[in-house]
Amino acid sequence: MSNIRIIENLNKILLTGLLTALLPLTAAAESELTGKVVAESRFFLQDAAYANQTDNQFSLSMEAEWFNDWNDGMDSLTFKPFFRYDSEDSERTHGDIRELLWLHVGEDWEIRTGIGKVYWGVTESQHLVDVINQTDNVEAIDGEQKLGQPMVHLSLIKEWGTIDAFILPWFRQSNFASLDGRFRPGLEVKGDQALFESGSEEKHVDLALRWSHTIEDWDVGLSYFKGTDRNAGFVGGFDDDVYLRPYYAQMDQIGADIQATIESWLFKVEVIHRKTDADSFTAMTGGFEYTIGGAFDTVWDLGILAEYQYDERDDVVIAAGQNDLFFGSRIAFNDEDGTELLFGLVQDLDRSSSRSGLLEASSRINDNWKWRVDAWFFQSDTANEVTYVVRKDDFVQFSLEYYW
Amino acid sequence: MNRLMRNKKNLSKLSVSSLMVLTTLVCSLLSPLATAQTSAEKGLAQAKERKARDIGWGDSVAKTSMILRNKQGDASTRKMRLKSLEVLDDGDKGLTIFDQPRDVKGTAFLNFSHAIKPDEQWLYLPALKRVKRISSRNKSGPFMGSEFSYEDLSSFEIEKYNYNYLRDETINGMDCFVVEQTPNDKFSGYTKLMVWTDKEHYRVQKIEFYDRKKSLLKTLTFHDYKQYLDKYWRSLKLNMINHQTGKSTDFITDELAFKTGLVDKDFNKASLKRAR
Repeated sequence: MSNIRIIENLNKILLTGLLTALLPLTAAAESELTGKVVAESRFFLQDAAYANQTDNQFSLSMEAEWFNDWNDGMDSLTFKPFFRYDSEDSERTHGDIRELLWLHVGEDWEIRTGIGKVYWGVTESQHLVDVINQTDNVEAIDGEQKLGQPMVHLSLIKEWGTIDAFILPWFRQSNFASLDGRFRPGLEVKGDQALFESGSEEKHVDLALRWSHTIEDWDVGLSYFKGTDRNAGFVGGFDDDVYLRPYYAQMDQIGADIQATIESWLFKVEVIHRKTDADSFTAMTGGFEYTIGGAFDTVWDLGILAEYQYDERDDVVIAAGQNDLFFGSRIAFNDEDGTELLFGLVQDLDRSSSRSGLLEASSRINDNWKWRVDAWFFQSDTANEVTYVVRKDDFVQFSLEYYW
Repeated sequence: MNRLMRNKKNLSKLSVSSLMVLTTLVCSLLSPLATAQTSAEKGLAQAKERKARDIGWGDSVAKTSMILRNKQGDASTRKMRLKSLEVLDDGDKGLTIFDQPRDVKGTAFLNFSHAIKPDEQWLYLPALKRVKRISSRNKSGPFMGSEFSYEDLSSFEIEKYNYNYLRDETINGMDCFVVEQTPNDKFSGYTKLMVWTDKEHYRVQKIEFYDRKKSLLKTLTFHDYKQYLDKYWRSLKLNMINHQTGKSTDFITDELAFKTGLVDKDFNKASLKRAR
């Protein structure tokens, strides 16, 4: 066979392959476009700790989701781009592909390939075992917004539980507020000057494995992660100024998350043991959530939450919840607008003056519109502690959300 | 292969029909004794017949809407899809996917209902990609802000109640049994239910719910009954009126299909995570 013939054949094969792959997208596919736009205003209640920092900021964000499935729903593609514009903080003006994921469902297995997001764990005040995705730091102080993570994710769903195996071929670096932004240390963090323990830097291939199962009242997960620590450490850098450079170590982490659902009680615990070159430590979050249905002779659900946070590391600079108590309450009014109120307080048990609190309220205006108020306050007089960095950053935020 | 399947189907049809003949036979043998029944026995027998007539539906997929109305008559709409799987000798399994209001779109709810022990429930929160096991204890709470509680929407299981036949009564031109049902679960939001079931097809026509203070709380009426698979009756419009608040909710089934091929593995935490 001549070279030309080979190339011709190859072309044919490629073309056929491409057509087969694209055909379902054009033919019997079902597609859907949804999303939300959020306008938010933040007002800081104190003078900033550092020069340049803003006193209020306005921001507009958009997240769209395009979903398409074919092959009787056994294959699907999800694309979820996100973009935020911030009036003050140039680092908070950012975009991300939250999801670009092909899902294939087999008989008792599923495979997800692309960019995705995964959640592990059970507790509310802290998410220790949840390590697949990098936190989108500039998004919100609660750390619950995540950056899209490139992955191949295989799930096996068996009688004896579910196994999830991950290959994570690209590490997502953390993002940090600019000098104009709040929630930052005194020195500028230069994300583009990051250092890595691994010589392959962001290209280090991380691996993770998880087993999870439900046994009667118990929901249990055991996980293992080997790869780049999502939490950055910091080292000093010098040019005209002194600044901070993120440092990403390699880590091994085993984790367990357990929830017992007994009557109106949810008992929860998350434990991790993490090993890096510099450290080897255990941390845990454990507590309960108790719900009173029809509280105060109304149709309200009143939830009471308490969690204890422990971290073996005494170093308060890096470990926020080293010996802290979280107390919170959630009220669902069960009205047609879905009005909810959440209040929480984290108290450091070693330093009585160190605490932080939050208040969240939200409700629907109609089928498409919703309002939300978030407020946080921080208190600390221990200069080397995590909360100290944000001690002047108490704020109230008003948001208007449009869903389509 | 196909022929084998067809034969199998015929075989199962055959066994179902022979079972029905048997049931009729047993019933006719027992009927002379009916006069000797106490009102409790009579109530229980009717509940068993109601349940027996609904065995074998297999699985279903429904598109539904809820219209919530307040005292002033302002309406808001909920839309959701329900996947259900019949479980013999236990409560059914259900997967609910919310479509409207838009802010809860993609939220999904997995429920394994049980006759005696508490239901097992999980909620999927799409924004966080989080599956959360939730407590099923609070069954008297409103479902999606409507006048239906979780309890009202759970599957009918005989063991859930004690029964007491009260009288015969005609409503909407139909001869009905009126049975008082007392919940066995002490966490039920009700002290009793008054249930009107038509004698011809054992379809529930009306339920009155009495709250923990024993006063009339809500009335549920069943409209637009339609028969599926030549056997199973489903009301396509439920109307719930709350007498204490003046609010009401219509629960409307827009589309309904049976025997869609759903199986047990369509109702687990993995399928909950990818429910669309």
